[in-house]
Amino acid sequence: MWHLKWKQREEQYRRERADFFQAVARLDRRSFLKVASMTAAVTTAEQLMPHSFQLVEVVSAATQNKPAFRFAYISDTHLYERELNERFVNAALRAVKDVNALDPQPDFVLFGGDLAQLGQPKELELGKQILSELKAPVKMMVGEHDWFLDMGEKWIELFGPPNYSFDHKGIHFIVLMSVNEKDFWTERNMTPMERMLTVAGLDNPIQSRFEVGEAGREWLKKDLAKVPKTTPLVIFSHSPLYKYYRPWNFWTEDAEAVQAMLFPYKSVTVIHGHTHQMLTNRIRNIHFHGMLSTAWPWPYAPEGLPKLTVQMDRADPFDEADGAGLGTIDVYGGGYVDKHYLLWSRNPLTVAKAYLDSWGKTHRPPAPVFPSY
Amino acid sequence: MNQRFKSSMILAVVFSTVLIAVAQQQTSPTHPEVKSRNGDLVVQLCDGQTSVEVAGVRPGEILPPDKAREVANLLMAAYAEQQAQQVSKWTARDRMIWEREQKRMIAEGDKLFHDWKALGGTIGISCDMCHPNAANTHPETYPKFQTQLKKVATLRDMINWCIENPMKGPPLKLDDEKMIALEAYITSTRKGVPLDPGKH
Repeated sequence: MWHLKWKQREEQYRRERADFFQAVARLDRRSFLKVASMTAAVTTAEQLMPHSFQLVEVVSAATQNKPAFRFAYISDTHLYERELNERFVNAALRAVKDVNALDPQPDFVLFGGDLAQLGQPKELELGKQILSELKAPVKMMVGEHDWFLDMGEKWIELFGPPNYSFDHKGIHFIVLMSVNEKDFWTERNMTPMERMLTVAGLDNPIQSRFEVGEAGREWLKKDLAKVPKTTPLVIFSHSPLYKYYRPWNFWTEDAEAVQAMLFPYKSVTVIHGHTHQMLTNRIRNIHFHGMLSTAWPWPYAPEGLPKLTVQMDRADPFDEADGAGLGTIDVYGGGYVDKHYLLWSRNPLTVAKAYLDSWGKTHRPPAPVFPSY
Repeated sequence: MNQRFKSSMILAVVFSTVLIAVAQQQTSPTHPEVKSRNGDLVVQLCDGQTSVEVAGVRPGEILPPDKAREVANLLMAAYAEQQAQQVSKWTARDRMIWEREQKRMIAEGDKLFHDWKALGGTIGISCDMCHPNAANTHPETYPKFQTQLKKVATLRDMINWCIENPMKGPPLKLDDEKMIALEAYITSTRKGVPLDPGKH
């Protein structure tokens, strides 16, 4: 067990969480009743007696539209050693407890990268220890904060190779290392720590840009070679596999080359961390979803924001959990997903598959009350 | 000039030759005080070099409104005359000094903005982690009502809030050079951005 510094706050959070899950249960029942009463109203208008089978029809239709399974997504914990920063450790623990409280349990948990803040072995080990508390199996992805101190040595030792794939209930999942950078450090004679700090600074212009890289694309090509074009793909990358905002490296330099490899597939979903904000994009058949950080929210960049993005409320600078949180993903048989943002200090928000299917024309999530930052 | 106002006052517009070294202006600069030989009230212009001696009024007394107006007019007239005599008041050298000083402060602020240790932080969180390129700071909107502080706050109040809370460091004095440097950097990133009240 971890020693928690703010017992009172944790207790408040536990109460809020219990309320939340009760509310979700109530919502399900209410929306079901609403659908049922709507059916009754329609049949009355057509001068027909409502029959019991109509209700059955509604129920079966709802069942067909149900997602095949769910997984959870925790990302960007940016852990320091606990002696230095307890806040991010507590946030990571909170995410673990949130996921453990899900009922039913998710099929697995994807960790979206940036487990550590400065790639220190102790930070990575602490992260592994915290994530080991999860009841569901954990799949790991690497982020730039985990990598650039020792170029992935410790991370690989703890979690295995950064590129891998697996199949689950008819979906082909690919975990893709997308935060390689071209060597900017040798010429400048940088120490490993200087290199790490440069990459860690979002607005540091010295660093190179993220890329899957030639070796990574070659690995992806080999992996995809055995996957039929009709198989739905879900790809996990740390940085978005598209170009959002270059100065902050919300950017993957060889994104077009990777997308070109994915266009032949019938259904592709890319889920990424790194940007610490609600982010939604679609390019042809590829649906992109940016997930939250447990540590802190980044503001939206001044340009390049994908049009389908429903922006987060302006985070309250007085609330350390605001703008942060985690997510769950409901995967449909066809491969596309509903994503649920579990924002810690706001109402949960869903970006439905149907919203992306319609290019944002229908199922638009509610707009935030406050202007986005 | 003395001729025109002789009837009501004895005037002495003093152009002080005292030079104030830039190095001495660490905090708010104070002008050397000019004293009257007769013990009368002396009012100084904000340039620190021009002053008016008000005959018959002792220091500590309050000027009657019409006399106060007269003194202010006199000082402004002297200031206008002083400016008119200088065809090119600000030299290229002056501008060079100001620019260099401003850039130095912005650069210093930039450094502090990215360095939690230099700013007295204790848990590894630095300003740029939530505000890359000082994004989402909106210095142009301050002072404004901060609901969380329940008062109209200045940008410096908010800088201190961030230092004290997310960064867990001791607050800076409001006239601390580090504070001015942070303000210089944050403001410099928003130069030319249109003001959008209510949005930020």
